Amino acid sequence: MSTYAQKKGVGAVIWDYLTTVDHKKIAILYLIAGGFFFLLGGLEAMFIRIQLAIPNNNFVSAGLYNEILTMHGTTMIFLAAMPLLFAFMNAVMPLQIGARDVAFPFLNSLGFWLFFFGGIFLNLSWFLGGAPDAGWTSYASLSLASEGHGIDFYALGLQIAGFGTLIGGINFLVTIINMRAPGMTYMRMPLFTWSTFVASALILFAFPPLTIGVFFLTFDRMFGANFFDHTMGGNTIIWEHLFWIFGHPEVYILILPSFGIFSEIFATFSRKRLFGYSSMVFATVLIGFLGFMVWAHHMFTTGLGPIANAIFAVATMAIAVPTGIKIFNWIFTMWGGSIKFTTPMLYAVAFIPSFVMGGVTGVMLGAAAADYQYHDTYFVVAHFHYVIVGGVVFALLAGTHFYWPKMFGTMLNELLGKITFWLFLIGFHLTFFIQHFLGLIGMPRRIFTFLPGQGLETGNLISTIGAFLMAVATIVLLVNIVITSVKNVKVGNDPWGDGRTLEWALPSPPPFYNFKQLPLVRGLDPYWIEKMNGNKEMTPAEPIGDIHMPNNSFIPFMISLGLFIAAFGVMYRVDHAWGLPVLIAGLAITFGSMMVRSIKDDHGYHIHKEDLLEDEDKGVKA
Amino acid sequence: MKRLAKWRLLPLFAVMALLAGCGEPFLSALQPAGEVAQLQFDLMLLSTAIMVGVIVIVTVLFIIAITRFRRKSENEIPKQVEGSHKLEIIWTAIPILLVFVLAIPTVAATFKLADVSPMDEKNEDGKTDALVVNVRANLYWWEFEYPNEEIVTSQDLIVPTDEKVYFNLIASDVKHSFWIPSVGGKMDTNTENINRFWLNFDDAAADEAGRIFYGKCAELCGPSHALMDFKVKALPRAEFDQWVTDMKAVTEPVQAETAEAQAGQEVFNNSCIGCHAVTPANTTPEAARMGPNLTDFGNRTLVAGILENNEENIKKWLKDPEAIKPGNKMTGKYDLSDEEIDAVTEYLMGLKVQE
Amino acid sequence: MQAEEKFTPETWPASPEKSTLEAKNKFLGFWLFLGGETVLFATLFATYLALKDKVPGTDHALAKDLFEMPLVFLMTMILLTSSLTSVYAMYHMKNFDFKKMQLWLGITVLLGFAFLGLEIYEFNHYVHEFHHTFTSSAFGSAFYTLVGFHGAHVAFGLAWFITLMVRNSKRGLDLYTAPKFYVASLYWHFIDVVWVFIFTVVYLMGMVG
Repeated sequence: MSTYAQKKGVGAVIWDYLTTVDHKKIAILYLIAGGFFFLLGGLEAMFIRIQLAIPNNNFVSAGLYNEILTMHGTTMIFLAAMPLLFAFMNAVMPLQIGARDVAFPFLNSLGFWLFFFGGIFLNLSWFLGGAPDAGWTSYASLSLASEGHGIDFYALGLQIAGFGTLIGGINFLVTIINMRAPGMTYMRMPLFTWSTFVASALILFAFPPLTIGVFFLTFDRMFGANFFDHTMGGNTIIWEHLFWIFGHPEVYILILPSFGIFSEIFATFSRKRLFGYSSMVFATVLIGFLGFMVWAHHMFTTGLGPIANAIFAVATMAIAVPTGIKIFNWIFTMWGGSIKFTTPMLYAVAFIPSFVMGGVTGVMLGAAAADYQYHDTYFVVAHFHYVIVGGVVFALLAGTHFYWPKMFGTMLNELLGKITFWLFLIGFHLTFFIQHFLGLIGMPRRIFTFLPGQGLETGNLISTIGAFLMAVATIVLLVNIVITSVKNVKVGNDPWGDGRTLEWALPSPPPFYNFKQLPLVRGLDPYWIEKMNGNKEMTPAEPIGDIHMPNNSFIPFMISLGLFIAAFGVMYRVDHAWGLPVLIAGLAITFGSMMVRSIKDDHGYHIHKEDLLEDEDKGVKA
Repeated sequence: MKRLAKWRLLPLFAVMALLAGCGEPFLSALQPAGEVAQLQFDLMLLSTAIMVGVIVIVTVLFIIAITRFRRKSENEIPKQVEGSHKLEIIWTAIPILLVFVLAIPTVAATFKLADVSPMDEKNEDGKTDALVVNVRANLYWWEFEYPNEEIVTSQDLIVPTDEKVYFNLIASDVKHSFWIPSVGGKMDTNTENINRFWLNFDDAAADEAGRIFYGKCAELCGPSHALMDFKVKALPRAEFDQWVTDMKAVTEPVQAETAEAQAGQEVFNNSCIGCHAVTPANTTPEAARMGPNLTDFGNRTLVAGILENNEENIKKWLKDPEAIKPGNKMTGKYDLSDEEIDAVTEYLMGLKVQE
Repeated sequence: MQAEEKFTPETWPASPEKSTLEAKNKFLGFWLFLGGETVLFATLFATYLALKDKVPGTDHALAKDLFEMPLVFLMTMILLTSSLTSVYAMYHMKNFDFKKMQLWLGITVLLGFAFLGLEIYEFNHYVHEFHHTFTSSAFGSAFYTLVGFHGAHVAFGLAWFITLMVRNSKRGLDLYTAPKFYVASLYWHFIDVVWVFIFTVVYLMGMVG
C-alpha cells in the first residue's frame, strides 16, 4: 500500500505543492517565497548602501532611490520577515503541541497564496510604471501626491497579503487553543508556541486597522474619497494613527516569535530547561499587551501635544521591563548549563548583546523630548535595524539552521554556517553601529544623497562596507543550502542530540500525519523528560486508529488569483475601459471559488489503521 | 541633580566629546547651540548613562555565562533549574526604578519644550511681544514669515540670538519636518494644522559656527527630500533689528542699476514674478506665494538651498533646475534663452537689502 | 461522532454546533474572526467621529441636517427583529426541526432584504436631496464607508444564509451542516450589534448635533 510514499514526477510535485494543505509543505512554501523576497529586499538594501557610499553619488536617481527605500522596507517587513516566521510557525508549532495539522488546513493554504499573490502584485510595480515611493509608512499627504500607480500597487498588494496574514493568525490561535495533545497544558507549551500564540493574537487585533487604513488610501486614490485631503475636510494624521496602531504591534509580531526561537535554542544547547519559564510566558504576554499602548511614540514630532507625548513616552519605557526579564532569563538559562556552540547557538548568543543595544536605544527614543532630535534620522534607522536584524533576522538565520533538519531531513553544513554567522555579525555591526552617530550629527533618514562637507562621509562609507559583508554572508548561506541539498545526508529524529520538545521525537521530516498516535505530555520539555527516563520515544496517549486527513485543494490558489486579477482591474479602471471588466472577472473568480468551496462537500479521507501498522512493519518513513 | 549627573558621567563625556569631533558645529545635535538642544543633549546623556550601565551589567553576566559553562563532555547533564524568585524580582524591580529615573526628567522636558504660551499673549496692537516666525514648508523650499514685522523671506531664516523664538509650522503641499539639529529637535509641518514650538539660538555657539546653522527637512516628501535644506543666520538682536528695518524699507521692487540687470528685471517681470515676489511685504495671500521670496536674494548663502551662491550656479540652476533638484515645481514654468538667463542672473545678484 | 452520521431528534446532541473537532475549531475561529471584525469597525467608528461634519464649505449638509428619525428607527427595528428570528431558527436547529429552522431563516432573510432596501433608499435620498456623496467631503467618505461597510456585511450575510438554505434544503441537518448554520447566525448577530452602535453613534449623536 503506502501510495503516498511513492516517487513522483516534477509536474506531480509542483501540483502537490500548489494544492497542498499540509502545514509542513506550506511551511516550505513560506520558506521559499519568504526567502526569495528576503533576497530581493537585500538587493534593494545593497543599492541603498551603494548610493550612499559617497556624497553626491548618482548610482540611482532621486526618484528611483525613493522607490528602492520604500520597497526595501515594505518587502522586508511584509514579504520576508513575517512569511519566514510563518514558515517556522507552520513547520514547528503543530509538532510542538502534538497536533496532526493546524485547525484549518484549507485556510492555511489560502493564507499562503494570498500572501504570495499580494507580494508578487506589489513587486510587479517595478515593471509596470514604477514602484511605490512614499516609504513603507506611506504617509498620506505624500502618498496621495505620488504620481503613477506605485502607491496603488502598495495599497492593493498589502491588502491582499494582509488578508493572508490575518487568516494565518486566526488559524494559529485556534490550533493552539483546540489542538494540543493530551497533557499539553498551556503552561507546558514550548516558548515558541507561546510566542506564536501571542503574535497571532497581535495579528488579529493589529491588522484590521491597517486593512481600514489601506482601504481609505485606496478609496482616496482610486475612488475619489477625501479621508486624507484636508481641502475637503480630511485629515492625514488619521493615517499616521492607523498605520502605527498597526505598525507598532507589527514589530512585536516579528520579535516575539524570534524570542520564541531563541528560547528554544538557548534551552536546547545549554541542555537546561528555560530559566523562569512562567515569567517568560508572562513577559511575552505583557509585551504583546503593551505593544498596543505605545503607537504614538512614532508620532512624537507630529504635534500631538505634551500630554499625549508624556503618556506614550512612559508607556514606551515600561516595555523595557518585561524585555529585560527575558534577557536575564536567557542568560541564566545558559548559567550553569552545558553550552554547545552550534551555529544556531552562535546566533542566539550574539543576539543578546545585539538586541540589548537595540533595546536600550529604544528606551532612549522613548524619551519624548530627546526623540525630537532622534526622530526621522539615522539614529532611528540604526535602532530599528538593531532590533529587527539583531533580533528578527538573527532568529530567522538561527531558525533556518536549527529547524532545517526537521523540515528537510538533512543538516546544513556547520562550518559554512559558522562562516555565515561571523561574516553577518561583523557586517551587521559595521553597517548599523555607526549610523547612530550619523543620525546624531545631523543625517535625516530617507535621503537619496548627502552633500560633502557636512561630516557625513566617513560614517556612510563604513556603513556600506559592512553591508557588503552581510551580502557575502548571505551568499555563503545560499551555497550552504545548495551543497546540503545536493548531498542530502539523511538524519534521524533528534539530529542535534539535545532536543527537548515534541518535534524532535518525530522522524525528520515527520510523516504527513505527524503523529501515528498522539503523544502523552508529562511536563515542560516532554521529549527531554522521556529521554531522561530512558525512553526512546514518547508514550502514546491513544491506541493506533484511523487518522482523518483533509484533501488537497486548488481552490485557495484560485481565490487568491482572483483577487490578484481584480486588483489590476481596480487600479487600471481609471485609465482604461478594460479595468472594470477585469475587476468584475477577478471578483467572479474569487467568489466563484468560494462558492465551490462551500457547496461542494469535502469530508477529507481516512488513513486506515492497517496502513499505519504496515508502515511500521516496513519501517517506512513516509 | 543636573550637576551631579554630569559629574558621574565624566568618562561618558570624554567619549561624547570624541564623537562630537566627527560632527560639524553647524549641523550636529551633539554640539548643542541653544537651550532646547542643550536640554535634549542632557537628556541624551542621562539616558545613555543609564543604558550604558545596563549594557555593562548584561555584558558581564553574559561573558561569564558563555565562558564558564561551555560543554566539557558530551555526557554531562546540568541541573534543571526552574528559576529563582529572588533573582526575578531583582531584575524586575531595578529596571522599573531605572525607568522612573529616566521618565521624570523626560516628562518635565516634554512639557517645558511645549510651552508656547507667549504666542498667545497679544499686546494692544494684536501682536505678540515674543518674536514669532511662521514657517511654511513647500516642495522643496521654506518660507519664513514674520507676522509682527509683516515681512516675508525664504530659504534663509534670520533670527536674533539669546532669546526665545517661537514658530508656527505648516506645510502647503505634503508633510515636511522642520529641523535645525544643532539648535533643537524637529517638529513636523502638517498640511492641516499649525504646530507650534520654540527654539533659542545661543550667541556664543552661533559665533563659533560662523553665524550660520544648517536646517533640514526630516520627513520624506518626494525625490528632492534630501536637498530640502535651509540656512539659519543667527544675529545679535541689534543686527537682526537692522535687517528687519532694511527689509521693511523695500516697499517697491528695487530698480536694477546696470543695463544688463535692467534687461534682466524686464525678463523677470515677464516670466518670474508670477511666483517670486521681490518685495517682502506679507500682504499677498499664502496661496499666491508660489515660489521663494527673492527680496534679499543677493545675500542668500546658497542657491536652491544647496549650491554656493555665485553667478555660475544661478545660471546652472535656472537653465536646468530638474538636474539640481529633481521633482521641483519650477521646472518647465518658463522658457528663457541663455542671454535672458544671464540677464536675470545679473538682476538677481543685485537684489540685496543690505550690503 | 462522525460528521456524516444520520440523526433523529432523540440522538441529536445538545450542542450540535460544536460536537466535532472541526466544528469546535470553526466555532472558536469564527469568534476570533468576529474579534478582528470588532477592531475593524472600531477603527471605522473612530475615523467617522474624527471626520464627522468635516466638510469643505458652508453649503454642505451636516449630520444634523441629514438624518431623520422615523426611517432609521424603522431600519433598526427591522434588523433587531431579524436577529430575533435568527435566534428562533437556531432554537429549532438545536431541536432538530429542519423545516422550522428553514422557515425562520427565510423570515430573517426577508427582513434583511427589507433593511437593505431601506438603506439604499436612505443613501439615495442623501445623494439626491442633499448632494451628500462619497466624494463630496471627508464627512461623506467617512459616513458612507462606515455605514456602507455594515451594509456590505448585511448583503454578504444574506448571500450566506441563502446559499446555506438552498444547498442544504435536501439533506437537512447533521453535524456537518449544523455548525454552518450556527456560524452564519453568529455573524448575523454581530451585524446587528454593529448596527446598534451605528444607530447610537452616527444617527442619535448626529441628530443631537
